[in-house]
Amino acid sequence: MSEEIFYYQALNRALDEEMTADDSVFTLGEDVGLAGGSYRVTEGLYAKYGEWRVRDTPISEGSFTGLGVGAALIETRPVVEIMTVNFALLALDAIINMAAKIPFMSGGQFAMPLVVRMPGGIAKQLAAQHSQRLEHTLMNVPGLRIAVPTTVQDAWWQLKQAIQSNEPIVLLEHELLYFSKGILDEDAEPIPMHRAVVRRPGEDMTIISYSRTAILAQEAATWLAEYGISAEVIDLRSLSPVDWGTCITSVQKTHHLLIVEEDCVFAGAGAEIAAKLAEACFYELDSPVKRHGALDIPTPYNRTLEIASAPTVESILEAAQQVMSENKL
Amino acid sequence: MNRSLYHAMLKDMLLARSFEERAAKEYSEGNIAGFLHLYPGEEAVAVGVLHAAEPSDYIVSTYREHVHALVRGVKARSIMAELFGRIDGCCKGMGGSMHLFDNERRFMGGYAIVGETYPVAIGLGYAIAMKNQPEAVICFFGDGAVNQGTFHESLNMAALWNLPVLFVCENNHYQIGTEIHRHSAVSDVYKRACGYHMPAEKINGMDVLKVYEATRAALNRIREGTGPQFLEMETYRFRGHSQADAGNYRPRIEVDAFRHIDPLTQAERNEDKLYPSAEKLAAVGSDHIHDFSQHLQTQQLINEEEVIQFQQQVDDIVEDAVQFASQSPEPTMEDAKDALNCNRGQEVLI
Repeated sequence: MSEEIFYYQALNRALDEEMTADDSVFTLGEDVGLAGGSYRVTEGLYAKYGEWRVRDTPISEGSFTGLGVGAALIETRPVVEIMTVNFALLALDAIINMAAKIPFMSGGQFAMPLVVRMPGGIAKQLAAQHSQRLEHTLMNVPGLRIAVPTTVQDAWWQLKQAIQSNEPIVLLEHELLYFSKGILDEDAEPIPMHRAVVRRPGEDMTIISYSRTAILAQEAATWLAEYGISAEVIDLRSLSPVDWGTCITSVQKTHHLLIVEEDCVFAGAGAEIAAKLAEACFYELDSPVKRHGALDIPTPYNRTLEIASAPTVESILEAAQQVMSENKL
Repeated sequence: MNRSLYHAMLKDMLLARSFEERAAKEYSEGNIAGFLHLYPGEEAVAVGVLHAAEPSDYIVSTYREHVHALVRGVKARSIMAELFGRIDGCCKGMGGSMHLFDNERRFMGGYAIVGETYPVAIGLGYAIAMKNQPEAVICFFGDGAVNQGTFHESLNMAALWNLPVLFVCENNHYQIGTEIHRHSAVSDVYKRACGYHMPAEKINGMDVLKVYEATRAALNRIREGTGPQFLEMETYRFRGHSQADAGNYRPRIEVDAFRHIDPLTQAERNEDKLYPSAEKLAAVGSDHIHDFSQHLQTQQLINEEEVIQFQQQVDDIVEDAVQFASQSPEPTMEDAKDALNCNRGQEVLI
């Protein structure tokens, strides 16, 4: 049974199904209730489950995320929505100091079935305070898991898997993906939550990406084929843990690696991917590992500059050609 | 209140003092490291509050929480072993002094970032309310913690949704080394709760009976559905903020003044040089526990011999705890990884 739906609808359906299956699941955040969520992810749930399970919160990110931590200690499964990843900076104490630490510090006494969902990334002229990518900050926290669903199918799978898991998980959802359409097949065999997926097989080079830039990378790969370059595109789907096996297998085949991210390049998510694969595949590589990401500047409001500050299909194409040209040197 | 409750409270206060003084000694001998925040002077608060709580209630505490854990029933052995960083500690040596947890006793942790206890407490309260359970949550914090944003955010949500949380401020007058009049525009902490329409009162936190009665009443109101309650316990810590802090910022006269109302019968422990002698205390008036002890004796609820026995018993418990801790093995890196991955179960990640 497969159908074409929007990404936000896939998240909505996942949440709805899990709330029906388990009455200890509840969601909270700014405008998630009566208003249905700023990206419509919780649409219809307030009417269906009532205010205790779909809770509109005050604008208090630190405490309502911490509320999720406290509730998760006693066998409830909170799904906290932070309106954008930028506001999550106010909730990092709850996420990093509490959710990621309590199970460990207690010597393994407590479960932490907490899900924190955050829209993020560069959308359209939202300016520097509403366009950030914070994956690098969260990746550096042992005890925390990070999923980055790219497709409708993954949005549905990964949110359901996150809710069912007893570990704290952050779901980073790109704001430009909510109203993208895709196929949801509820009967498909689920892929493990953190396994990377080869979105497009290829022979000449590997492009590793995640979230929205994984879609751009696939488009770039179709153009590269026109130029006679067969690019394999890997969608990581998860930034903690990272499925190194899938990445290493691909690099061993193609011997060329380009990493594409929307995170700022300096100490961004791609830095870790590049370092690890350079260590693991040094003798397999025929050209240096290349990173292509956002410029190291706060995102400008001006549309032309905003576009120029982050990877596009064209810039990915250019970066890929550069990797391959270095091979000939 | 009955005789056995009085006895239990007196004994717990003696145990608390004995445990903490021994922890200080073990710290100076290098058996305990890191940050060690001790509780002497504040015993009446933990003892009064926690004796008024039910076993089904949840406790959330700070980094000065050894005594809360002890009074809650966590074994002295288990806490001391945790301070020593050993595998038999209540958190297998992963948490240490500032992070004691005991799921079985609903002791939901010691939190070492100031202002973290509120959101954890309202989260527990939210889960209780959502499931319509009769339990309450007791949330401890110091006067220094009331200037964190989470204080206001969490009190607002607790009041807005009528959550079963008792906020207990242990006002010891100091945020680390800064006296309350230099850190708070409003130094009557309880008045801040009015901003959230939360019933609040200031209690003499050096008086265990008053602490007990106030807590009992507040918990009853919570169970009747009145919503969150707020108690400011005015107390004092005799030592510095932590063992790394000599507390030199406090006027000597102030420390002495509060020692005169020491909740414990230090008067009966002449060997302890850290505290005023029996004679000195007698010269300035009586101390509270001495009064308490005298009161119980006058009422024939306890006799002097029993008090001496109690002291001996708690000292034995602490000595046993230290022996146990020093013999407990170190945890391995495997133990650490097990703690980190404790919730993974059979889950397939990749």
